[in-house]
Amino acid sequence: MKINRKLFPYVLTLPALLVCVGILIPFFTAVYYSLQRYNLKMPHMKGFIWFDNYVSIFTDPSFWNTIKVSLTYTFFTIIIELLLGLGIALLLAKRNWLNNILGVLLVLPLMIAPALASLIWRLLINPNFGIVNYLLSFIGLDDFTWASHPDTVLFTLIMVDVWVFTPFIMILLLAGLRSLPRQPFEAAELDGVPEYYKFFRITLPMLFPFILTASLFRLLESIQQFDIIYALSQGGPGESSMVFQVSAYLQTFQYTNIGKAAAMMVVLWAICYFLCHVFVKQWHKLKIKTKGELLQ
Amino acid sequence: MKINIWSLLKILAYIAIIMFFLFPIAWIFNMSFMTNDEILRKVPVLFYEPTLNNYIGLWKGEIASEGFATMYVFFKQNLINSAILSVGSVSVTLLLGVPAAYAFARYKFKGGEDIAFTLLSFRFAPALLIILPLNLYFSKIGLYDSYFALIWVYQLITLPLLLWIVRGYFEDISPDIEYAYRLDGHSWFQSFWRISIPLAKPGIAAASLLCFIYAWNNFVFALILGSSQIQPVTVGALAFITASAIPYGLIACGIVVSVLPTLVLALFIQKYLVQGLSLGAIKG
Repeated sequence: MKINRKLFPYVLTLPALLVCVGILIPFFTAVYYSLQRYNLKMPHMKGFIWFDNYVSIFTDPSFWNTIKVSLTYTFFTIIIELLLGLGIALLLAKRNWLNNILGVLLVLPLMIAPALASLIWRLLINPNFGIVNYLLSFIGLDDFTWASHPDTVLFTLIMVDVWVFTPFIMILLLAGLRSLPRQPFEAAELDGVPEYYKFFRITLPMLFPFILTASLFRLLESIQQFDIIYALSQGGPGESSMVFQVSAYLQTFQYTNIGKAAAMMVVLWAICYFLCHVFVKQWHKLKIKTKGELLQ
Repeated sequence: MKINIWSLLKILAYIAIIMFFLFPIAWIFNMSFMTNDEILRKVPVLFYEPTLNNYIGLWKGEIASEGFATMYVFFKQNLINSAILSVGSVSVTLLLGVPAAYAFARYKFKGGEDIAFTLLSFRFAPALLIILPLNLYFSKIGLYDSYFALIWVYQLITLPLLLWIVRGYFEDISPDIEYAYRLDGHSWFQSFWRISIPLAKPGIAAASLLCFIYAWNNFVFALILGSSQIQPVTVGALAFITASAIPYGLIACGIVVSVLPTLVLALFIQKYLVQGLSLGAIKG
């Protein structure tokens, strides 16, 4: 059997492509739904309404609240995870037995399902027996409200996100730090350059491709976070932790308003597509760069 | 004295890191060996007689406690479901993904990069955008609540992951070895099966373990597309914690057995983790 040389790569990718198409159909269906009045409870009202769903979500203050909460969540998780991840990576950069063991162990939270991580923390901060509450009582924080109060619920969620995903940034930056060439540091050593200067002028710039990759991955995941929030607070109390996907989930399964939920998801998709575009462009450049310069 | 303050701060940092990141895992393990009475004390007990009752109860599926009716829990089925879904997804991904990864690595063909990036973009598309319509479709064609449908949807996360990691490994193998083997009169398939795959094997193995972890840890697909009959541990454990009257030790025990497989696997792929997590962008 002889297959045309030109066609051959397509034959190899065809099965994966078919799965691809199976996924693209629901995607376009969702876009189509977003232009329809479509509520499962009122099937006879179904009809094409152009952009009314979009107008309706953008004039709805609770959607603006969703945007605000999502962006706050994304902003703080990324900033904290980056700083903490970088700090830990710097602390562990030197190879010795303690750092090697910690480098392995600290990845464990990342390997736990985010939904299960939320459940772990729910047991640790339980108002009746939570060990964290007990430990906090030593520093005078007896009745921290955690996820049960609108003022503290975002803090609690961000803490769980930081717990799960800081190791992601840490492990990528650690690999980055350990792959940096020695020469610039030795040269700086000889010239007697002060530590902070070495850090800001040599380490950080050389680490930048790694920081960019790690934070862009996190950015795309954080803005879509569902598992942690659904398993811990379900968007509550009230709407104080309502993010995009939780909001769309409730819109579908509580209010059965498919059209509106689809419109919300299309808005989120547009945001992600924009970020992904920036990301893929940078990432391709980085891939060439890390392969060509940094690691050879 | 300056050095002493620095090293003191360093030690404090180490302690803080260990406390924050590792203590929660240790404490959940600890809780899973406790009785409900021991857990519910206001001041935590450090010394107690560890009991395996939670594990036995979880396995048997029934808990008899004094003064209450015997309760039945369904968690063993969740574990089995998780195993079926993860193993199934990884197998399908290997079958679909390895040839495609090879094609992307070896051949420059029209639209190739576009296809690769489209597949990659699934990894970053909002999950609900795709599963909400799928939910309605599956109900219509009778696929709702089937392993088959879920494994198909799981390809959304596992396929791009494997594709991009394995592609990197194939790119590292020199094509000359394959050409030489084929010049000896072997077919393309023989060179693929006997030369390329064995050479990329460590990468393929690591990528499939990582896919397994991602599949095992997935939550949202089964939450929406399956009933409790086929839901994995991630969804099952949430139902477990929200149900009333289940002893806390048993919940902790459920969480422990749910996270243990991925924690153990993670230790095996240490070396490949950086490359895997960054989809090949960074080499560890």
